[in-house]
Amino acid sequence: MSWQIFLDSLPELLEAALNTIKITCLAFLLASVLGLLLALARAAGGVVGRVARVYIEIVRGMPALTLLFLIYFGLVPMGIVLNSFVAAVVGLGLNGAAYLAEVYRSGIGAVASGQREAAQMIGLRRPQIMRHVILPQALPTVLPPMGNYAVSLLKDTSIASLISAPELMLRARDLAGTYYLPMDYYLLVGAMYLIMAWPMMRGVRALERHFARGRLQGGT
Amino acid sequence: MAEQATDGAADALVEIRGVDKVFGDTRVLGRVDLSVRAGEKVAIIGPSGSGKTTLLRCVAHLEKPTAGYVAIAGQRVGEKLVNGHWREMSDREIAQMRTGIGMVFQRFNLFPHLTALENVMLGPTRVLKRSRAEVEPLARDLLRKVGLAHKADDYPERLSGGQQQRVAIARSLAMQPKLMLFDEATSALDPELIGEVLNVMRDLARDGMTMLIVTHEMRFAEEVADRIVFMDHGRIVDEGPPGELFHAPSHPRTQAFLRAVLDRQTMADAS
Repeated sequence: MSWQIFLDSLPELLEAALNTIKITCLAFLLASVLGLLLALARAAGGVVGRVARVYIEIVRGMPALTLLFLIYFGLVPMGIVLNSFVAAVVGLGLNGAAYLAEVYRSGIGAVASGQREAAQMIGLRRPQIMRHVILPQALPTVLPPMGNYAVSLLKDTSIASLISAPELMLRARDLAGTYYLPMDYYLLVGAMYLIMAWPMMRGVRALERHFARGRLQGGT
Repeated sequence: MAEQATDGAADALVEIRGVDKVFGDTRVLGRVDLSVRAGEKVAIIGPSGSGKTTLLRCVAHLEKPTAGYVAIAGQRVGEKLVNGHWREMSDREIAQMRTGIGMVFQRFNLFPHLTALENVMLGPTRVLKRSRAEVEPLARDLLRKVGLAHKADDYPERLSGGQQQRVAIARSLAMQPKLMLFDEATSALDPELIGEVLNVMRDLARDGMTMLIVTHEMRFAEEVADRIVFMDHGRIVDEGPPGELFHAPSHPRTQAFLRAVLDRQTMADAS
């Protein structure tokens, strides 16, 4: 690759990388919130709990790409036309919600049952117990896998190129095709993904170390 | 419902009537009847697996009796009468009812993410909706009462087992319960830490608290309790004032149990 072509493509690639970061952040936010709601619904049981459970099972057993295609192409006959960026955020978010719901569930389940009973005996109601006693203690268990999920999500945004969402992988495919330099461009964007993922991976490590010795880990 | 709940002793605070508890194929409690007067201290003793803890958990509604009922101050625990049928109370009603019952657990169960002070304050601020400013002096008083004023800002992991259990007692007292349940409160403690917890319980007894105490500490039971209840195989086998039950037990099972336990405790004291 000549330096000139490289320099010419750089602004385009950086803009696309920025979109990748945006899709990652928004999808992560959606997945975190919706996943928590799903986990709470499951913990509550009843009809709501069963609905949440069915959602989780179905979505977890389905490739994220299928979900993206369903949202982007599948809804069109029903008159719902989403732009590719929104479809990418919603699709990846819905997919991640099912995954994170399971992460939350295991975190909630890891809190000792005596904690719940002690909270019950001072008269806290179920939602209060969840908020003031269970969730704060589940946090250390849940944060590292959430961080790992964020790293995978960053990389998985590349599948959004298949619905032409304006992210890094799509731009790389365009450029690689235009200049017929696949090795150069794919290596370049590979490095760009790595540069974005690396601080996140360091962050997850730091979280793990923090909670491994932190007081929050201790349950009696 | 009031008549039904108060057909026992007229001044009973706690009434346990015909309580059965079955887990799967195992009958853990069989037809247990017991009344506790306001201000009375009742110690429940017996071999492990005799149903003492399950009985206490039924009083707290942490277990639901398979048959029979528990009533506190004339109110059925965990149940309400709806169109002539006893139905499970709502989450809110059960929580409300539990504010009158304090429970101290074998494993302390302090909230590890909160300081000692915050542990004590959680109930009054979140359940009784009182302001932090109003609750904090009261919480500090309670910690002082259990001898831990200087540990108010420490997290549970920095406290010894005995200290944790004393904070747990203060946490229960913060809700100003009418009744305190102690479920083997000293069984998880190193021997040298048992005394400090028993001292706090002694103070509480002296203040007139109604106490239902499941314990293996026979000497403490003898000293503090007005009445000893001996359970075996899910039934109350024997009960009476401590002097009688410990020193002139009439029932052969009580005799056998006490002989085994007191021998062991005497040996432990001698060593």
